[in-house]
Amino acid sequence: MPSRNPPSSHSSPVPVAGPVGLPDSLVGTAMDIDGSHTPEQVIAGLRATSEGEDLVQLLTPEGQRVSHPQFELEISPAELQSLYRDMVLVRRADREAKALQRQGELGLWAPLLGQEAAQIGAGRAMTPQDMAFPSYREHGVAWCRGVDPTEIFGIFRGVDQGSWDPIGTGFQLYTIVIPNQCLHATGYAMGQRLDGKIGDAQNAEATICFFGDGATSQGDVHEGFVWAAVYDAPVVFFCQNNQWAISASLDRQTRVPLYQRARGYGFPGIRVDGNDVLATLAVTRWALRECRTGNGPILIEACTYRMDAHTTSDDPTRYQVAGELEEWKLKDPLERLRVHLVREGLAESEFFDGLAAEADELAVRLRNYCISMPAPGPERIFSKVYAEPTPTVDAERDDYLAYHASFTDVGGAS
Amino acid sequence: MAGTDVPQTITLAKGLNQGLRAAMEADRKVLVMGEDVGRLGGVFRITDGLQKDFGEQRVFDTPLGESGIIGTAVGLAVRGYRPVCEIQFDGFVFPGFDQIVSQLAKLHYRSQGKLPMPVVVRIPHGGGIGAVEHHSESPESYFAHTPGLKVVACANPVDAYWMIQQAIACDDPVIFFEPKRRYWDKAPLDLAMPPLPLFRSRVLRTGTTATVVTYGPTVRTVLDAATVAEQDGHTLEVIDLRTLSPLDLVPVFDSVRRTGRLICVSEAPSEVSLTSEVAARVSQECFYSLAAPVLRVTGFDTPYPPAKCEEDYLPDLDRVLDAVDRVLAY
Ligand SMILES: Cc1ncc(C[n+]2csc(CCOP(=O)(O)OP(=O)(O)O)c2C)c(N)n1
Ligand SMILES: [Mg+2]
Repeated sequence: MPSRNPPSSHSSPVPVAGPVGLPDSLVGTAMDIDGSHTPEQVIAGLRATSEGEDLVQLLTPEGQRVSHPQFELEISPAELQSLYRDMVLVRRADREAKALQRQGELGLWAPLLGQEAAQIGAGRAMTPQDMAFPSYREHGVAWCRGVDPTEIFGIFRGVDQGSWDPIGTGFQLYTIVIPNQCLHATGYAMGQRLDGKIGDAQNAEATICFFGDGATSQGDVHEGFVWAAVYDAPVVFFCQNNQWAISASLDRQTRVPLYQRARGYGFPGIRVDGNDVLATLAVTRWALRECRTGNGPILIEACTYRMDAHTTSDDPTRYQVAGELEEWKLKDPLERLRVHLVREGLAESEFFDGLAAEADELAVRLRNYCISMPAPGPERIFSKVYAEPTPTVDAERDDYLAYHASFTDVGGAS
Repeated sequence: MAGTDVPQTITLAKGLNQGLRAAMEADRKVLVMGEDVGRLGGVFRITDGLQKDFGEQRVFDTPLGESGIIGTAVGLAVRGYRPVCEIQFDGFVFPGFDQIVSQLAKLHYRSQGKLPMPVVVRIPHGGGIGAVEHHSESPESYFAHTPGLKVVACANPVDAYWMIQQAIACDDPVIFFEPKRRYWDKAPLDLAMPPLPLFRSRVLRTGTTATVVTYGPTVRTVLDAATVAEQDGHTLEVIDLRTLSPLDLVPVFDSVRRTGRLICVSEAPSEVSLTSEVAARVSQECFYSLAAPVLRVTGFDTPYPPAKCEEDYLPDLDRVLDAVDRVLAY
C-alpha cells in the first residue's frame, strides 16, 4: 500500500510500479503542501513544466536527447521521421481547419496547435486492440487511429456527430460534455478485464482516456478514478494539461500538480513533457503495458500548451498572460524534433521537402472534401434515434418529409 | 434600480448585463459565479465588466463543474447570499441537475420555510447558431416538471433587463432561460415604463384568427409569422408565456375563448413538454370555446440533430403559418 505521507525526498531509487504500489519518483511533490507557499509560488509550481525532476523528458526544447532512468526509448531514424511526419501533418490539418472555419466552411474548430506531441506520442503508443476515449480536441490521436481528418471536420461542419466506426478504429466518438468519457473509458476497461484480456502483454488490451486540465474538477473524473482503482481497470487516464480551460488558468482547478492526485486514489501518476513526443510515447507505452499486464490504472499528466484560442469562437486576448505564448513557442513540439533530426543527421533535406509537399496535398484534399461535403437531408433528423423504431418518431418523420416535399414540388427551380 | 448609464437601445445581452449590474448594486449579497464569468465576461459576454467593477469576491470564475457550481450556490444561499449561477450552455446543466432537482428545489419545503433558496441559474437555451452538439438544446420542461423551482424565459431586451433583476430579487430558486440566438436582438429601453411582474405572461399582439402561445427564442419567429399572416387577412393573437413555472395561463384562456383556436410553438421536443401542458390546460378550461384541436409546432422528438439539419428541426415561420392553415381548416 502507498505510504500515507508524501515522500520528502525525490532521490529515492527508481522503483517498479506495482498494482497499487507507488514508485516514489512518480509521486514526489514538486512543492510540498505544508502551507508555507504563497499563492504565487503555488501557481509557479503548477506551471513549472520545463524544470523539476518529476517531469519526464527525453528530448529537450533545444532538440537534445536526454536519458531518463525509468523511461528509455530505443528508436530508429525511420521511426523518428514517422513521428515528425505525423505531427507536421496533423498540424497542417489543424491549420487548414481553422482557415476553413474562418471562411465559413466549418461552424467551429477546436485547435490542437501546440498539443501535437502529446497526442501523437500517446496515439502511437497504442496497439490496434487498445481503445481510446477522446474529448473534443484529440484530432492527433484520431489521426493515429486511422480516423481521417475529414471525419473530424464533419462534426465541426455540422453534417454529423461523429461518422467513424468507434469499435473498428478503437477510437470512441468525441465527447463534448466534460468529461463524461472518463467513466465510459473506465467501464470499457472493466469489460476488457471481464473478457480476460489482461495478462500476456502481446495480445492483451488496455484503454486510454483523454481529458483536459479543466476537466479534472468534474465529478466524473473523481468517479472514474475511484471505479478504475476499485476494479483494477486497465485504463490510462491521459490528461493534457494545456494550462487553460477556456479563460480559467490551472490555479482555478487545483492546488497540487494534477499528476499527484493519482496518489490519493492509490495508483501512479506521472508528469511527462507533453511537448516531447519521445517522452510521451515512452511513458504512454509503459503505462499501457502496465495496464495490459494488470497493473492499471495509471494517470499521466502531459504538460503542454494551447497555442491557439480555445475554439474559433474564443478571444484569448481577453485573458491571456503577457509573454506566455512566446515562452511556449520556444518549447514547440515540432521544432525540437526537427532540430534533432537535422542536427543528428537523421533526415535529409529530401525528407523535409517531401513532407512539405505531402502536407500541401493533404491540405488541398481536406479542403476539397470539406467544401463538397453533402449536407444531410431532413430525414437525418429522424434516423436511428432508437434501435427499435417508435411510432412517435416514425409519424413525425413521415409528416415532416411530406410537408418538406410539398415545398420542393411547388417551388421548382429557384 | 437602474443605473444612469443604461443605454437607450440595448441588445438582449446588454439588457442582461445591465440588469445584473443593477441587481448587484441594489444588494451586496448578490454574487455572480460560473465558468469564465470573470475576466472573460462569460462566453456570451453577459457578465462583461462585472468582475472589474464588483471585484473577484462577488464575481468569480469557478472550477469546471456544474454540480460544484449549483451545490456551492445552495450552501451560499444557506449562508444568506443570493448567487446567480451561469451555466455555459443548455447541454451542460446536467452535471448540476442532481443539485438542482434534489436540493435547490426542495430545501425550502423540507425546512418548511427556514431555508429560502434565492438562487438564479442562468441558462442560454435553444438552437439556430450552427453549433456542435449540446449547445442548442431546450431543456426547460425538465425544470418546469420539478416542483419547487420557478422557471422563466426572457425573449426580448427589455424583458431581459427587468426579468433578471426580478429573478434575483425572488426568494425562490429561479431557472432563468436566455434565448441565445436572440442575444443580439435590439430594442429601446424606456426606464419610465414600469416592468410587468416576473410571473406573468404577456399578450404581444392582439388578433382574432387564432391564438399563438410561445416563449423564448420562438417569440420572434411567431411575431414574424403574425406579420406575414396579416397579409393573408389572418390576425394572430401572440402570447409570450415568459413564465414557464408557475404558468400564467389566464390571458391564454381569455384569448382562446375569443379566437377559438390555439397553436403552441416551442423548440423543445413535443412529448410531455410545456406545449403539452398548455394544450391540456386549455382543452380543460376552454373546451366549449375551441373550434379546432390545439395544434403544436415544436422541435421533433429526437436528439438535437447536426447543425446542418437545424433549419428543418426548428419551428420556423412557414411551419407556424402551415399550422395556422391547418387550424383554420376545421
Ligand atoms: C459539462 C461541461 N461544462 C462546460 C463545458 C464548456 N466547455 C467546453 S471546453 C471547456 C474548458 C475545458 O478545459 P480543459 O478541460 O482544460 O480542456 P481544453 O479545452 O483545454 O482541451 C468548457 C468549460 C462543457 N463542454 N461541458
Ligand atoms: Mg485545458
